[in-house]
Amino acid sequence: MNSTRAESYPLRRRRVVASLLADRGEMLVVAGLGTPAWDATAAGDHALTFPLWGAMGGAAMIGLGLALARPERRVLVITGDGEMLMGLGSLATIAVQAPANLAIAVLDNERYGETGMQATHTAHDVDMAGMAAAAGLPVTGTVESEAGLEAAMMALRGAGGPVFYTIKVRAEDLPLALPPRDGVELKGRFRAALLGQKA
Amino acid sequence: MGAPQWPGDIFRALVDLGVRQVAYVPDAGHSRLLDLCAGEATMTMVPLTTEEEGMALLAGAWLGGQRGVLLMQSSGVGNCLNMLSLVRTCRFPLLVLVTMRGQEGEANPWQLPMGRITGDLLRLQEVFVHAVDDEARLGEVVGTAGEAVFAGPGAAAVLIAQSLVGVKTFED
Ligand SMILES: Cc1ncc(C[n+]2csc(CCOP(=O)(O)OP(=O)(O)O)c2C)c(N)n1
Ligand SMILES: [Mg+2]
Repeated sequence: MNSTRAESYPLRRRRVVASLLADRGEMLVVAGLGTPAWDATAAGDHALTFPLWGAMGGAAMIGLGLALARPERRVLVITGDGEMLMGLGSLATIAVQAPANLAIAVLDNERYGETGMQATHTAHDVDMAGMAAAAGLPVTGTVESEAGLEAAMMALRGAGGPVFYTIKVRAEDLPLALPPRDGVELKGRFRAALLGQKA
Repeated sequence: MGAPQWPGDIFRALVDLGVRQVAYVPDAGHSRLLDLCAGEATMTMVPLTTEEEGMALLAGAWLGGQRGVLLMQSSGVGNCLNMLSLVRTCRFPLLVLVTMRGQEGEANPWQLPMGRITGDLLRLQEVFVHAVDDEARLGEVVGTAGEAVFAGPGAAAVLIAQSLVGVKTFED
């Protein structure tokens, strides 16, 4: 295990997520529990972002259900390496459905950041983008620096998918940016914004 | 004895409910219903690697305005407990059809622990449980449970008794 390298990764997650969500247009967003949900909120709380406060391992599958229901809309899942590791089987499930409008961005700090920065399996070089490619996702990759970030963002925002990118980000403690906690409210505002007031 | 009627009854109830996403980890008892759903153009079949994926999937489906159903055997309920917190906290609709193992005549002792507590576990996570052993009522129960689920919204499970599904004997 390389226990310190992530502390000097050049990419900073708040800026990566802010760029991913800039001018988001019609995009639907699911944010995994913990730091990714705070990152998404720091970029601007939004009715069409569904931030999770739990459901660890479920973010990509929520994205799949949404992508199948709304094939005309881009669906972006932003989640952490720990969260994605808990739901690796969903990569196989997503590959079978193969929705072109689904993209998953894993912010890989090689840590369970939210619970005290314990090393995740990716600190031991487990390659989740490789697993996604092996499952059959057509567009996958790992980005470690500014080089390649632009292309990865373009693919996440628009390429025919499913798209899966691991974005190696610095292991750093960041200020909290909390979305609403009430799940009924988060669900209701998302459906109202997407489906209209009748929802 | 001819093929049982109840898979067709449940299928028609699901069509009437407007179910679009059919998520499942297969059980022998669901075979006929799965075949019927797979032949229905308005339904998308979503095979899962583990049952909890289905709870998250159907939450996403509802966010996008679609209805779904989740099929599993009783052991699969144990795989779902934490994901039921998503359903409960956000009050997502959830309709689960569970084929029971571990009831009378079960020949596989490994099915007994989960089979004995399936209903209790679901109730602990505030899922409304309908245990059905009368095959004539299955279609109707799925229909009324589904209407309540999507109108509520809330969560309900229909437990299909092992006596209706048949007992696996492990004999050639
Ligand atoms: C089922 C379950 N297990 C453990 C936890 C505790 N937990 C909350 S966030 C988290 C770590 C998430 O790590 P990661 O997805 O990598 O996000 P990061 O904060 O590193 O960006 C853990 C283990 C939980 N909430 N649920
Ligand atoms: Mg992490």
